[in-house]
Amino acid sequence: MWQYVVRRIFVGFWVLIGVSMIVYSLIRTAPVDYVSTITSGNPEVTQEMIDNLNELYGLNDSIPEGYAKWFKGVAQGDLGTSFVEQKPVAEVISSKMWYSFWMSFPAYILQILIAIPLGVISATKKYSKTDYAVTTVALMGMSLPSFFFAAILQRIFSQWLGILPLSGMKTARVDYEGFALILDMAKHFVLPVMVLTVLGIGGLMRYCRTNMLEVLNEDYIRTARAKGLSEHKVVYKHAFRNTLIPIVTILGGMIPGLFAGAMITEGIFGIDGVGYTALNALRSGDIPYIMGSTMFMATLTLIGTLISDILYGVVDPRVRLK
Amino acid sequence: MVNKTVQAEAKKRMKEIAKSNKAIIKKFEKEKKRKNVSQIEYQTDMHNPNNILEIDNLHTYFYTDMGVVKSVNGVTLEIPQGKTVALVGESGCGKSVTSLSIMKLVSGPSGQITNGQIRYNRPSGPIDIVKTPISQMQHIRGNEISMIFQEPMTSLNPVFRIGAQIDEAIMLHRPDVKKADVKKQTIKMLELVGIARAEGIYKSFPHELSGGMRQRVMIAMSLCCNPRLIIADEPTTALDVTIQAQVLELLRDLKTKIDASILLITHDLGVVAEMADFVVVMYAGKIAEQGTVHDVFLNPKHPYTMGLIKSKPVVNQEVDRLYSIPGQVPNPVHLPNHCFFKDRCDKCIGACSGDVPKLRQVDYSHKVACHLYEED
Amino acid sequence: MAQENINLEKVVTPGQLVTKRFLRNKLAIVGVGILIAMFIFSFLGPLISPYGEYTIFYHTIDGVEFSTENLQGNNPAEIGVTIANKQSPSSLHWFGTDKDGRDIFTRLMYGGRISLTIGFVVVLFQLGLGVTLGGIAGYFGGKIDNLIMRMVDIMYCLPALPIMLIISSLLLAYDVPQDQKIYWLTLVMGIMGWAGVARLVRGQILSLREQEFMVATEATGIHPSRRILKHLVPNVMPQLIVVATMGMGGVILTEAAYSYLGIGVPFPYASWGNMVNVVKDPIILREYIFMWLPPGVFILTTVLGFNFVGDGLRDAFDPKMKR
Repeated sequence: MWQYVVRRIFVGFWVLIGVSMIVYSLIRTAPVDYVSTITSGNPEVTQEMIDNLNELYGLNDSIPEGYAKWFKGVAQGDLGTSFVEQKPVAEVISSKMWYSFWMSFPAYILQILIAIPLGVISATKKYSKTDYAVTTVALMGMSLPSFFFAAILQRIFSQWLGILPLSGMKTARVDYEGFALILDMAKHFVLPVMVLTVLGIGGLMRYCRTNMLEVLNEDYIRTARAKGLSEHKVVYKHAFRNTLIPIVTILGGMIPGLFAGAMITEGIFGIDGVGYTALNALRSGDIPYIMGSTMFMATLTLIGTLISDILYGVVDPRVRLK
Repeated sequence: MVNKTVQAEAKKRMKEIAKSNKAIIKKFEKEKKRKNVSQIEYQTDMHNPNNILEIDNLHTYFYTDMGVVKSVNGVTLEIPQGKTVALVGESGCGKSVTSLSIMKLVSGPSGQITNGQIRYNRPSGPIDIVKTPISQMQHIRGNEISMIFQEPMTSLNPVFRIGAQIDEAIMLHRPDVKKADVKKQTIKMLELVGIARAEGIYKSFPHELSGGMRQRVMIAMSLCCNPRLIIADEPTTALDVTIQAQVLELLRDLKTKIDASILLITHDLGVVAEMADFVVVMYAGKIAEQGTVHDVFLNPKHPYTMGLIKSKPVVNQEVDRLYSIPGQVPNPVHLPNHCFFKDRCDKCIGACSGDVPKLRQVDYSHKVACHLYEED
Repeated sequence: MAQENINLEKVVTPGQLVTKRFLRNKLAIVGVGILIAMFIFSFLGPLISPYGEYTIFYHTIDGVEFSTENLQGNNPAEIGVTIANKQSPSSLHWFGTDKDGRDIFTRLMYGGRISLTIGFVVVLFQLGLGVTLGGIAGYFGGKIDNLIMRMVDIMYCLPALPIMLIISSLLLAYDVPQDQKIYWLTLVMGIMGWAGVARLVRGQILSLREQEFMVATEATGIHPSRRILKHLVPNVMPQLIVVATMGMGGVILTEAAYSYLGIGVPFPYASWGNMVNVVKDPIILREYIFMWLPPGVFILTTVLGFNFVGDGLRDAFDPKMKR
């Protein structure tokens, strides 16, 4: 087991190096560099100043040189300093990821609470009207463009009903404190959470249904019925416990992703999380932050797959990882 | 061009089949969903009070896309109290479906019991299982009638421990056993089926056991509530020969210990000779021959039974080539309107092209469905 | 009865059974209907529509409408002539006009054409790359497999949206003409998306190779190319078809998201995504629902169509799913 994990982590490092090389060479080839962004439109800037600034931000190095410097820094635990924020990248990410988390986490819980029961119901009543209705709703969630759904929610809840804020994380020009502040922020998070929930339900629900249908065809379900168990017990105890194996596996794998943020949704609702900041960094050419955040996201993806593989071994008594 | 017309015809047929299937299945499913079925509706009388189970003209059909598969097509048999009845035949002749019909476990909605009676001599009064609602069946399944399945490898739930799976059945059907004693009872059952380390097995998961052990666990599970009838659906087919003998020995011992009746389904005639009191030979969903073990083995009447007996290797007898019945079981969707065995039979007479032969008595306890034995 | 003699099991092919199961699924039929309607609307619609994709409409001082295509003797530069933008739906413009004075209904058709085409091309591209690389990895194994799978891992970990943003600024810097950007978009989306297909194909091949029937083909000495084509491909095919169908919906969604961010289909081309883009303006969000609701609904409906069909196909291909 431990051997397996160690090997996976080792492979993961190589993958991360590959990802960082690709991203670094791409951003450096792209012409949006931070210096021209801050100097453009300012007539007093001389070429000398630009050169100095470029030197300061390390933009005069060739791509391999720059990458080597970045890599050396990372190896020593230093992700560099964000151009825009003028703070260490690691510090920026670790403060912003909690905003992303508090947006994604409620959505994650809601998805589980809604999708799993729906999946089970539509599997047990397969091809009934209920099944068709649940499937339609779930697939509609999967087919919704996030920005479009966000717009509809904003139109209804903020502009028409006026009960929820359009965007932002807290009401501007008002100083709430303590519980009132939390309440105010929660209000701002309702719409983004709704978007993420609805978008995510479909996939989970279909996954649950497919697995449940498969399990219901197994021999041991017939044994359970032959024992004289009620249909309710057969479905919710014997079948469901088996369906949980693959579901727990993917749900566990989703947890690291909760910190990765959702660029578009965060952008629309002005949630100052990892995704939104990365979007801004990309637009302004903040190389250290872009590198830091893409590495952060890639690492989370890797950890996610590792967690789900390990969970698979833990939850299913039949599997022992080699 | 012939192909094209055949294709078109096939398409038309499939459409018709789908349409009629849908209507029939809907009718049966509606009947199943009915709530509050009063007891009067499924009460019945046994024809012979010494029987534990009487199957009368049972029809179980599967409504598939390819047409109606008549898996069980008019089966009549009886299981006397305390006796073992063996149901024999080739694969796909309706043995398993007959047994599943008794438990009402035929997998719906495509599979339906369409006709006939299954009279079960319940202590509280005989009932017709076909009409009994599922809610009532749940008290019978695993309690009064229990079943051992063919595939021990997949018949136990992989995520629950062995002990928990047996405990569950005991807690469900035996209110007399106190909660604290359930485990003790389970371990007693495991020991009864010859498992030495019962405590250890109680705590293990199914995948940690061998096939033979799992089948013992299945047997323990089916016996834990002292059933009156045990249906054993090819209990030894998936096991290797040495284990087979042990499991059969076990079943026979247990039967005398708890005084149950057994319906043994198998295609192994050796097992039948060893275990059974009565034999029922099935062919293509119908009964070809039935009688006591003596009747059927020493004096087989139906050419099919003769073929089955001949195709079994016998020790100390030298033959060039083991006999095998020529041809195959007819397609269950398109059964002919003459004797189903006619095309494979080597004793055909003129009458065989006529109607399907009916089961008739040839001896005190011996019945056969063959034109060869028709009087006049 | 003559019909009774036909042995259906001999006549009916597995393909026909799949079709039958598929047609029994009502949602799948709805999906097929949606897709057909969308194709007709997007590909035949422009032939019928009286307006062009970039036609701009103006009003003269007297309120007479004319367009860049049909000036009716007016000059758009004349004083007093106003652009007929943000017009509410009317008999002339069924879904109104956008903020530059173009007919929304007509642009929906052109946008659909782009979305659907991109969907097809990208998925074909992903399948081509994924099947080839996944096939090679699974069939040959060893070092090649290792190399390809590490590439797959890297592709999995590359966040698509940042990469797309960087590439779009690259295109901007190298002055790639607007009309060529669509090809670049397609190419990049194809490259970013093959990893999933490759993983699927490789996994399938690995598990199939272990199965008895593949061992049997090897034992009977069938040539490898024939083994792959005749025995492996038909076994992977059903899953690939499902992945491709669902994938088309996914690509349309992604393209829409890119266009919404302004890095997808570039102006002045219409795309459903960049038509929804205008909601970023809170005034349009509030006052001009007709401008952003229809393209959004079109994306939703089309992707839903693909998902219905893909879901139906998955059930139909699965022999265990019979009713």
